[in-house]
Amino acid sequence: MTDAVEEYEAVVVGCGPGGAAAAATLARNGVETLVLERGVDAGSKNVSGGLIYAEESAPYTIDGLFPDFREEATERPVTENLIHNIAGDKVKSFDIGDLHHHDTAWADAVLRRKMDSWLAQQVHERTRETGGGLLTEVHVTGLLRERGEIVGVTTEELDPIKADIVVAADGVNSELARDAGLMDWEEPEEWFQGVKAVVDMEPELINDRFDVAPDDGAAHLFSGDLFDGVRGGGFLYTNESSLSIGTVFHLDSIAEERAEPHELLDSLLTHPLMAQWLGDEYDEREYSAKLVPDSKKAAHPSPHTDRLVLVGDAAGQMQAQGPIIKGMNHAVTAGALAAEAFADARARGDPSQAGELYEKKLHDEGVMDKLQPTGYKMFGQLGEVGPVDDLSNAIADSAVGRFGVRAAGGLLERAYSSPRLISMIPDTKLPYVTLPTVIAEELGEPVAEENTVSPPDLADRIGDLTYDVDDPHIELLDKSFEASGTAVTACPVSAEDFGGGCYRDEMVQTNGSTEHLVSLDTQPCVECGTCAIVADTEWEHPAGGKGVEFNRG
Amino acid sequence: MTFTYEDHNAMHTVVMTKGVPDFREGQVSFDEDGHLERGKTPTVMNPNDKHALRAAFQTKVRNGGHVSLMSMGPPGYKEVLQEGMADVYADDLYLLSDREMGAADTWATAMTVATGLQNLDERPDLVFAGFKTADGETGHTGPQTCWCLDWPMITHALSLDIDEDAGTVRAKRLVDGDVSEIETVEAPMPCFIVADPEFEPTYRKASHRLKHKDLREETQQRAEEYEEHLKVWDHEDLNLDPDYIGLDGSPTIVAGVDPIPKAPSEREATVIEADEREALEPVLDELTPYATGD
Repeated sequence: MTDAVEEYEAVVVGCGPGGAAAAATLARNGVETLVLERGVDAGSKNVSGGLIYAEESAPYTIDGLFPDFREEATERPVTENLIHNIAGDKVKSFDIGDLHHHDTAWADAVLRRKMDSWLAQQVHERTRETGGGLLTEVHVTGLLRERGEIVGVTTEELDPIKADIVVAADGVNSELARDAGLMDWEEPEEWFQGVKAVVDMEPELINDRFDVAPDDGAAHLFSGDLFDGVRGGGFLYTNESSLSIGTVFHLDSIAEERAEPHELLDSLLTHPLMAQWLGDEYDEREYSAKLVPDSKKAAHPSPHTDRLVLVGDAAGQMQAQGPIIKGMNHAVTAGALAAEAFADARARGDPSQAGELYEKKLHDEGVMDKLQPTGYKMFGQLGEVGPVDDLSNAIADSAVGRFGVRAAGGLLERAYSSPRLISMIPDTKLPYVTLPTVIAEELGEPVAEENTVSPPDLADRIGDLTYDVDDPHIELLDKSFEASGTAVTACPVSAEDFGGGCYRDEMVQTNGSTEHLVSLDTQPCVECGTCAIVADTEWEHPAGGKGVEFNRG
Repeated sequence: MTFTYEDHNAMHTVVMTKGVPDFREGQVSFDEDGHLERGKTPTVMNPNDKHALRAAFQTKVRNGGHVSLMSMGPPGYKEVLQEGMADVYADDLYLLSDREMGAADTWATAMTVATGLQNLDERPDLVFAGFKTADGETGHTGPQTCWCLDWPMITHALSLDIDEDAGTVRAKRLVDGDVSEIETVEAPMPCFIVADPEFEPTYRKASHRLKHKDLREETQQRAEEYEEHLKVWDHEDLNLDPDYIGLDGSPTIVAGVDPIPKAPSEREATVIEADEREALEPVLDELTPYATGD
C-alpha cells in the first residue's frame, strides 16, 4: 500500500448541472477529471422548482454539452405561460409567453433525480476516459491547503486529494465556498426559500386538464394575497406524469412574518383556482425544500481563489426576479466557462490563472449582467428603500392607483411580459403582493370551482421521505429562542406545536426562572440550509450517502 | 504440498465457497418432524462466504490480479458460483464435481479442495474462506484445507493490507473470535485467510473506488454468461483416488441425530382489559412474589 496523496488534474465537487457541465467540458479538453458527488446517486440531494432553460444568448447550453439531454432527462417542454394575480377567490391571469420566450431557445420541466442521474452517467463515461471518473457517496468536507494555499480537497470517505483545479459545484450550501470565505450564511435578505410538492397524475389527465398536447406542457405562476403577505409566489409545472407545485419566498420575509412554509404551500394547493388542475384525487409523492440564492445580492462577483472556482448555486448564480426563475442554465454556462478557463490557462502553461480567466469569461459572456441586471441596480434597489416602498404600496392601493390599474389593463399584461421592466422589479411587497392583489380585485373574476384537495400534514410529508440517518450533522450553537427560534417556523420540516420536526421550542424552568429554548433533532432534515441562516448553528452536510434521499427532486 | 511463491506475477486470490440451504424466512421449508426439505428449499451461496469474497475483491481492487471462486458440490452449485460472481465479484469459477466426491465429511472435502487449488494454472497467493457454513457449522473445512497445503493461516480477519514487494500480508484479527480483543498479525504469502463476518473492505482512494465501480459493472455482464468462465473438474481431472475422497474417504461417523424438542407452543394466558385501574390489580398480585424474591 502506498501512502502517496492521490492527484488528479481537476476535481469537480457535485454532479448537478453545473458540475456536469464543468466535468464534460474538462473531459472534452482532455483534462483528467474526478467528480465527487455526496448523494447515493446524483440528483438524490437535489431539488429545483423544475424549469431548465436554454438561452439563445448563452455560450453553453445543457443540450449543447449533452446532445440527448432533452430526449432522456427532461419532462415536458413549456408551451404555455401564465401568471395569475390573486385576491381572495378573484383571479386575473396574464399570458407572459413573450417574457418566457425572450432569449429562450427552449425550456423544459425537469425532475432532478432523473435528470441528474442521467447526466452523471454521461459524465462518468466521459471522465473515465480521462483517467478520472465519477464517485457517489463521497462528502467533500473542505479544502486541502499547503502553506496556506488551496491544493485540493478533504473528504469524509477518502484520503485527501490534490488537484490543479477544484470546481465547487456543491450547491447552495457549498461547504467549499464557505471554507474559502467566499460565501456566507449571514443575511436572510440574500436568499429565497423554495418548497415543493410533486403530485402524481396520469399523462392523459394532464393533457386534458391543462389543455396541452402529449408533448407540450404548461407553466403557471401565482402571486397576490394568498400567502398572508409573505413576499414571494407560487408555481406549477407539468411533468410527464406528475406536477411540480411549489412556492418561493424571500427568506427574510418568511422569518419576519414567522410564516410556516408548508402552510404557505398548502394555501396554494387549496386555492379554488387549483381545482381545475388538481381534481378530486390528490396524490402527493414528495415534499422537498431548498434555499435559493438571490443572485442580485448573493452572486459573487469574483467567485474564485487560488485553485478554487465556484459555479452555480455555490457562487450564488441563481437569477430569481419576479416571474423569472433561472438557475440551472446559469450553472451550466458557469461550469463550462470555468472548465474552459482552466483548459485555456493550462494551454498557456499557467493553470493558476484559471480563476481570473473564469471571472473574465463570466463578465464577457454576459452571465454577470443577467445575474445582476443594471436595471435592478439602478431602479430596483431604489424601490427597496423604506419610504419609497411605503409610498409605492400606498399609491398602488389608493383610488388613483386602482383607477390606473383598471385603465391600464392590457398595458399591465404587456408590462409583465417585458424583460427590461421585469429586471427592474424591487424585492418588495409591491410586485409580489400589493400590485397583483389590486390587479385581481380590479380586473379579476371570481373562480367558481370548489377545491377539495386536502394536502398531507407535515408529519406525513416527513414520513414519506427516504432517510438514511447518520450522526447529527448540524449543531445548534445558541439554544436561546432569541437566537435560533426563527428556525422553528422557517424550517420547512418544523412547525410551532409540532414535535416531529427538526426544531422545537420549549419553556424550560431553571432555578425559578423560565427560559425559552430551542432544541434540534436533525433526523427529518431535508438539508435546505434555512437554519444555517436564521439560527445560530454549525452547519455541515451529512456523510456521503447519508441523510435525506429525494426520489423525484 | 506447498507452492513456490517465486514464480508469481500478479496477485491471485481464490475464494472457497459452499452452497447451503437458504435458511431465510419464506425460503426454507421443514417437514412435520422438523427435517429440512432439501427439495423444497433453494440452495444459495453460504452467506459467510460473501465476506471472504469481499476480502478477495478488495485485494483485486487494491493490488490488482485475479479472483477465482471455487466450490465442491453437485452440478447445481454452478448457480451458487454464479451468484457469488454477480453479487460480489469473480474473474473465474471452478466447480469440483463428481459422484465420487459426494457425501464427503470436512476431511475428505478439505483433501479434495486442496488438490483443486493445486491444480490451478496460476498459483494462488491468498486463499480465502468464510467463517463456517450455515448448514454444517463446523468451521473445519477451511483450516483443514490450509493444513493440507501447509500454509500459514489467519482466522477471524477484519481487515487486510498486502505488501506485494515484501510478499507479506498484514491483518487485523479478532483474538479467539472475541470482539473485545483485536490483534495485528503478519504472515508470508501464500497464506490462508478466514474472513470474519465483521470483515469490512475499505477503499480510501478515489482510484480504488473507480476501479471497484468498473469491475462491478464488468462482473454483472460476466455473471450472465458465467458458464464461459466456469471449469468443472472431476476426480480424474484432479488425479484423486476415489478411496480418499467422498464418502469412502470420510472418517467421520454420524452416530445419530437428536432433534431439539419444540418449545411448548401453548401457554396459559390470562387476558386483562386494562381500561380501568382496578383491573390491573391482579397483575400486581401476580408480580409481587417475584419482586420480593420468593
